[in-house]
Amino acid sequence: MADLTTNFAGLKSPNPFWLASAPPTNMGPMIERAFDAGWGGAVWKTLGERITNVSSRLAALDQGQVRMIGLNNIELITDRPLEVNLKEMAECKKKYPNHTVIASLMVESKKEAWQEITKRTQDTGCDGFELNFGCPHGMSERGMGAAMGQVPEYTCMVTEWVKEVSDIPVIVKLTPNVTHIVPPGRAAQKGGADAVSLINTINSVIGVDVDTMIPYPNVNGMAAHGGYCGTAVKPIALNMVSELARDAEFNIPISGIGGINTWRDAVEFMLLGAANVQVCTAVMHYGYRIVEDMIDGLNNYLDEKGFASVGDIVGKSVHRMTDWGDLDLNYDVKALVHKDKCIQCNLCYVACEDGAHQSFEFEEVDGKRYPRVIEAECVGCNLCALVCPSPGAIEMIRVDAGGPTESWRQRTAGN
Amino acid sequence: MDKAFCTPLDITQIEHNFAEINPAMSAAEAMQEANRCLYCYDAPCMHACPTHIDVPGFIKKIASGNVIGSARVIFDANPIGASCARVCPVEVLCEGACVEKTLIKKPIEIGRLQRYATDHAMAVDKQIFEKGEANGKSVGIVGSGPAGLSCAAYLARLGYDVTVYERREQPGGLDTYGMAEYKMPQSVSLSEVDHIARLGVEFRLNTEIVAGSAETLGPVNHVGVELLREWHDAIFLAVGLGETNRLNIPGEDLEGVIDALAFIEQIKTRDWKSVPLGRNVAVIGAGNTAVDAVTQAKRLGAENVMMIYRRTEADAPAYEYEIELAKKDGVEFHWQTKLIKIGGEISVLALLCSKPDGTEFAIECDMVIKAIGQQKMASFFTDITGVDVDEKGRVVVNGQMQTSDPAIFAGGDCANGGAEAVDASQMGKHAAEGIHHALTGESVQFAGSSVKPVEKTAVHHH
Repeated sequence: MADLTTNFAGLKSPNPFWLASAPPTNMGPMIERAFDAGWGGAVWKTLGERITNVSSRLAALDQGQVRMIGLNNIELITDRPLEVNLKEMAECKKKYPNHTVIASLMVESKKEAWQEITKRTQDTGCDGFELNFGCPHGMSERGMGAAMGQVPEYTCMVTEWVKEVSDIPVIVKLTPNVTHIVPPGRAAQKGGADAVSLINTINSVIGVDVDTMIPYPNVNGMAAHGGYCGTAVKPIALNMVSELARDAEFNIPISGIGGINTWRDAVEFMLLGAANVQVCTAVMHYGYRIVEDMIDGLNNYLDEKGFASVGDIVGKSVHRMTDWGDLDLNYDVKALVHKDKCIQCNLCYVACEDGAHQSFEFEEVDGKRYPRVIEAECVGCNLCALVCPSPGAIEMIRVDAGGPTESWRQRTAGN
Repeated sequence: MDKAFCTPLDITQIEHNFAEINPAMSAAEAMQEANRCLYCYDAPCMHACPTHIDVPGFIKKIASGNVIGSARVIFDANPIGASCARVCPVEVLCEGACVEKTLIKKPIEIGRLQRYATDHAMAVDKQIFEKGEANGKSVGIVGSGPAGLSCAAYLARLGYDVTVYERREQPGGLDTYGMAEYKMPQSVSLSEVDHIARLGVEFRLNTEIVAGSAETLGPVNHVGVELLREWHDAIFLAVGLGETNRLNIPGEDLEGVIDALAFIEQIKTRDWKSVPLGRNVAVIGAGNTAVDAVTQAKRLGAENVMMIYRRTEADAPAYEYEIELAKKDGVEFHWQTKLIKIGGEISVLALLCSKPDGTEFAIECDMVIKAIGQQKMASFFTDITGVDVDEKGRVVVNGQMQTSDPAIFAGGDCANGGAEAVDASQMGKHAAEGIHHALTGESVQFAGSSVKPVEKTAVHHH
């Protein structure tokens, strides 16, 4: 059994799996149930000024029979009275001293407002803060959430305000609705943040009801853009996490968020630099129970790979990320069809023919027609292997001699 | 056979027994199954379908919510796509070729998805194809079974004036009269015919084609073939097969010995209590029709149903899955059992049989159903229409379905000797193409007329 305990910016947790600030962390009794299910920590649904929510609030992207590969929401921060949340937070922390309880905060851009809520909340005994500079909908129209996260100077300034009065670690939650994630990440660090978490949700319109022609989610015939999350956003999140992890000037811990469903997703985030992870959409879909396999699967993975502690994998793949210009131009792979596993769906053929480099032809063997790679034409793009539904039927095989490497940067260095 | 005897079961039980073996899919089920389809390119299922329906194409249209578009793809390649969705031996055709069968042993339920789409088109009463602009030419079609219907639909779409002559009271041929009731009720075939009629195809029922040039009207009309030549620019013969073959053994003509098609046809009325049924029923033969007979006799409530076949189980002409169905229904099999004569002393219809080693034994039964294949319609072709037949009695046609008489085309069971409805449908399609070419000189190819090899794009990289 590997050691799954984490120390994230001084915040100790029984495991790296936290619930992100969202509906699953709306109130004390919910978080307590989550801890009972095995979650290592929870970021409370964002506290702030009183708001009123609309109905309806959510809409989803489906792919075929797979429901909710992406989720869009226009729900705001908590709509419960602050004192109720604070009371429950204190009780929860008392009952679960070994779990991590983080208070997420968002108020208007005034020093007094931030410092007041920080001090009030701190009195609950919560373990840390997460500053919500990321919420892209609703609150941002009022100058809060992403409106702050999108301007590095504001990010730095507000972080400083909170740090002035906070006795506990402060995490800054970053918005992905920026061109480049490094400046806001550095700004949080400059403001004194103990860590960052990312990504918050992405600006999105999930779709339109083609019968009524009303976009989703329908609020009395109208819709507004929302925040996008779930499985579909994972690649965007991984990119942003890895960009911060690679940045030489950035050196505070990262809490990875965005489309994490399984232990495998979590491992990927951690390999690319996240010291722990936060989960929301998968729990909204399947409930707190999913953490059981996340813990079990992570444990088995670490044992199998020979890691004593989950901390050992953090950042393990960061050095494998580089700029395109540093990739080896001499590396060469080509597709090979293994006929014994080929089911003759010909998806590789049509994908290559219409979507890649026309590198397939057919061959007849024992009365069956198999796709065959024209090696001279194959550029090694992977598309055929990606569309192939039969495991192992298409293998990408290295064909270069493994000689000296040469990148574009090297090749053009003298120019 | 005890004449008073009929089904001992109550109606609820019988209705249950005859419930469709492949029931309709709910929308949720269809969506799930349609989304499972991999959307193969140059798909094996499409190759395996005798009418070459673009199967992945119609399935993905179900998945996209374009169900009418899906039905159009189906009917475009097979005008009797609703019937075929139910009666096709999909296990050995499309579903047998499905790559999901290769991959995970679970082929996509293509037949039921086809039913889902075509049912939808029928339910919303959508006229998918329209009659073509009249081209002033007329075609007479003899026989309203799968081949005749298919040919009629395509010719009507091209603008031909089409009349279908049918000797029975109802149109549809074997689709209407010959399919096991648990596979397809008569109403499906009739509504499919109705859709084809709405393309402007005229059906003259109770009308038999005879030699000569006279027309006599009566309970059954007789129309001389020479009149057809006069009325129409071309004739398509889709007359199917004839009477059930004779056993040529003593006792064959005893009362209580009936042929399988007659038995199946009686069941099609769903007037269950009117169908004569023995307590102990012996079915002679082991083809697909024999299976339809044993399973339905059993479902109707016969106590003991036997299938008697002179060769081994492996030799049985029925599809394996059909024999399995008969087994599941509790049918008793007598393989390698040669029938010597019908008629005994205790029971009137006892069968005297012999085993390969020569031992003789009796099988007690009170109803005998012959299912040993149908005769060819050779004399219809030679004596009435005057076109060539081959040594097996099948009408001889070329690739355009044209007979030895250039104005006469033929297709379906009468030309291939007896196959599936879907094969007949494809021949009807080819006949329509052939007739159009013969009458106008124009070549036309309907959807799924043939499967063309994939054309490899020339590579232009270097």
